[in-house]
Amino acid sequence: MPLPYRIVLSVGASATLAVPALAADPGTMDVTIAIPRLKVAEYHKPYVAIWVEKAGAKAKTVAVWYDHDMKANEGTKWLRDVRQWWRASGRSMSFPANGITGATRAPGTHKISFTRAQLGAQAAGQYTLVIEAAREVGGRELLRVPFTWPAKAGAGGRAAGTTELGGVSVAFR
Amino acid sequence: MKKHIWGFAATAVLAALAAVPASAHRQWMLPSSTVLSGDDVWVTVDAAVSNDLFYFEHQPMRLDALKAWAPDGNEAAIENKATGRYRSTFDVHLTQKGTWRIASVSDGVMGTYDLNGKTERLPRGTTTANLAERIPAGATNVKTAESNNRNEIFVTVGEPTTTLFKPTGKGIELVPVTHPNDLFAGEASTFQFLLDGKPAAGLPVTVIPGGIRYRDQLGQVDLKTDAEGKVEVTWPEPGMYWLNVTTPQADGAVEGAPPPVARRASYVTTLEVMAP
Repeated sequence: MPLPYRIVLSVGASATLAVPALAADPGTMDVTIAIPRLKVAEYHKPYVAIWVEKAGAKAKTVAVWYDHDMKANEGTKWLRDVRQWWRASGRSMSFPANGITGATRAPGTHKISFTRAQLGAQAAGQYTLVIEAAREVGGRELLRVPFTWPAKAGAGGRAAGTTELGGVSVAFR
Repeated sequence: MKKHIWGFAATAVLAALAAVPASAHRQWMLPSSTVLSGDDVWVTVDAAVSNDLFYFEHQPMRLDALKAWAPDGNEAAIENKATGRYRSTFDVHLTQKGTWRIASVSDGVMGTYDLNGKTERLPRGTTTANLAERIPAGATNVKTAESNNRNEIFVTVGEPTTTLFKPTGKGIELVPVTHPNDLFAGEASTFQFLLDGKPAAGLPVTVIPGGIRYRDQLGQVDLKTDAEGKVEVTWPEPGMYWLNVTTPQADGAVEGAPPPVARRASYVTTLEVMAP
């Protein structure tokens, strides 16, 4: 029953910018990914792939952070080391991929947002967001965060890595 | 006395028949990588005949019969070929996306004939095409066995394709049920084997993980193709695996027995099993 609620709000708040955020159906997923600072002799920023899985559907890549600006597209040579993503989705794609390719990111906390359409989550149901990181001369780690769509505004799930990834959390707005 | 000569000759023939890769030494090709990404992609391959897998410690594999095919079916160049004391090596520039095939296929005829009271072996390099001219006039008791040996590997850039798996109908060939470049530890994979283009039932299949030098147990898995020529392999661990399929040794292949007049075929491939 969102309609009466909206009417009340629009009267009270007079269509301020706050209105869409309070609407019943979130349309955006915010993903927070911590890349740990590692004390190693040779450190390279990890390649990170983020994709969405749904039972019975093809995996959908939503972001890939890699050395996309090397000459002759050389950074793509190591994409296969993000090996579960490579099998699930990467190997059938071409790079750079529009709206998906991004630069590698330094240790720290990174926030990245996706619309429901970007996530390929138009149908209602259970999904899994998968985050996989692979580091040159380093290790590899993969985390899964299940979520449902339609989503409820607010926190939507989290997972914690132990080596190549720190905490990963999902929230909807 | 006559019996004694016969026994000696038979041993010689058996030795010749055994000189295919299925014998004590294992022939193999080891690609630097089988699953590749990128736009300018190369694979480098070591090729050798050895006891342990995959260590080059006995003989280099000869590259005379080596060929490579691109995913579109065209033959591709083999680059930087070199044969050293213990191994051969070569590169293939993978200029197309999809699955590439690199194969060394040799077909031959082995056998014996009697001439002037002596049993002679057919020389090396005898094929069905030149068999007639290699058997001298007056030869009797001709016994021959055709052999087809195939040693091939597959490497994939991007998405695996299956265009290169059309059987030629000669020797043992692999038909993917599971693609050979899509293998993961803990998963079961199925391959079908054909002998002369038909499903090869009851063929022994041997699978051995690489890295023999650093473990005590060989870890060999012995399987047999089913009625459809299919075999299922579950990979215990990631790594490179050597897979060998041969036509079985003829029954009664014991010293002193007459040489088997039979079909001999062998198949070897190296499979990379990825970590899940």
